[in-house]
Amino acid sequence: MLTGKIALVTGAGRGIGREIALALAADGATVIVNYNGSKQSAEEVVAEIIQKGGSAEAIQCNVSDFAASEAFVKEVLDKYKKVDILVNNAGVTRDNLIMRMTEEDYDAVLDTNLKGAFNMIRHLSRGFIKQRGGKIINISSVSGVLGNAGQANYSASKAGLIGLTKSVAREFASRGVNVNAVAPGFIDTDMTKNMTEDAKKALNSMIPMGKMGSTKNIADLVLFLAGDRSDYITGQVICVDGGMCI
Amino acid sequence: MLERVKEIIEEQLNIEGVEITEETRFKEDLDADSLDLFELVDAFQDEYGVEIPAEDLEQITTVGSIIKYLQDKGVEE
Repeated sequence: MLTGKIALVTGAGRGIGREIALALAADGATVIVNYNGSKQSAEEVVAEIIQKGGSAEAIQCNVSDFAASEAFVKEVLDKYKKVDILVNNAGVTRDNLIMRMTEEDYDAVLDTNLKGAFNMIRHLSRGFIKQRGGKIINISSVSGVLGNAGQANYSASKAGLIGLTKSVAREFASRGVNVNAVAPGFIDTDMTKNMTEDAKKALNSMIPMGKMGSTKNIADLVLFLAGDRSDYITGQVICVDGGMCI
Repeated sequence: MLERVKEIIEEQLNIEGVEITEETRFKEDLDADSLDLFELVDAFQDEYGVEIPAEDLEQITTVGSIIKYLQDKGVEE
C-alpha cells in the first residue's frame, strides 16, 4: 500500500495519466494531479479520487517551462513537504512525416515530453536525494524503442526519456531512488485516436496480441514500480505493448 | 569552525571515528562521491547561509578548502 506517500503525476487530467492517478490514489497515495490545459478534466479526476475516499489536488503547470516547474515543485513541497513518487507522464503529439514536420512541431513535442521530465526530476532531485528514497517513473513509448514513421519528434522525445531514465537511475541508485521507464504500446486513449490512419495501421500490424492495450494495463505496472515490491529494479524500460517490442 | 565543519561532514557522510584535519581530502580520504559532495555543500549552505554556486565546487576538495571558502564569504565561526 502507498498510504502516507505523496505522488505527483504530470499530465494527469486525461488518458494514461488519469488512470495512473486513480490507481495510485486507490492504493492510498495522496496524488498531485498536474495538468496544463485540461483544468476541467483534472478537477474531475480529483473529484473521483475524493469521492472514493482518497486524497488529491489538481495543480496547473506547464512542465516544459523550467521556471514554472520550479515554482510548481516549490508549491508542492511547501504544502506536502515531500514527493515520494514522480510520474512523468505529460506528453503531446504533433505527428507528421519528417519532410513536412515544422520546427515548431518538433520543439513543442520535445519540450513537453522530454524537457518536461527533466525539469521535474531536476527540481525534485534534492528532495529525493535527501530523503534517501523514492520512485521516478517516466512514461516513454514503444515509438521511442522501435521508432515509428510519422512520429520522428515523438519517438525522439520518448527515446530521449529512456536515456534520461538510465542516466538518472545511475546517479540516484546509491541513494535508494529507483528510476524506471514504462513504454506503452498502442493504448486506447484520446491521443491514439488523433494519430494518422497510416500511423495506426503501421502500429496495428505490429502487435502480436492483435489488440490495443488499455490505460489500466499501464497503470498496473506504474503501481508496481511505485511500490516497494520493485525496490531492486532501476534503470529499466518495461514495454507494456502486447508483444510489439519482442 | 573546524569542529562544526567536522560534525557536518561526519553526519553527511555517515562516518565516525575517522581523523579529520584541514588536510583531509573529501574524495580520496573520505571516499565521498560526487553526490556526497553535492549534499555536503548543501548542508554547508544551510548551516552558514552562504550560497555556493556549482562553478565553485571544483575548488572545494579538502576540509581546509571549505573552511577557507566560507571564511572568504564572510563566515566567522
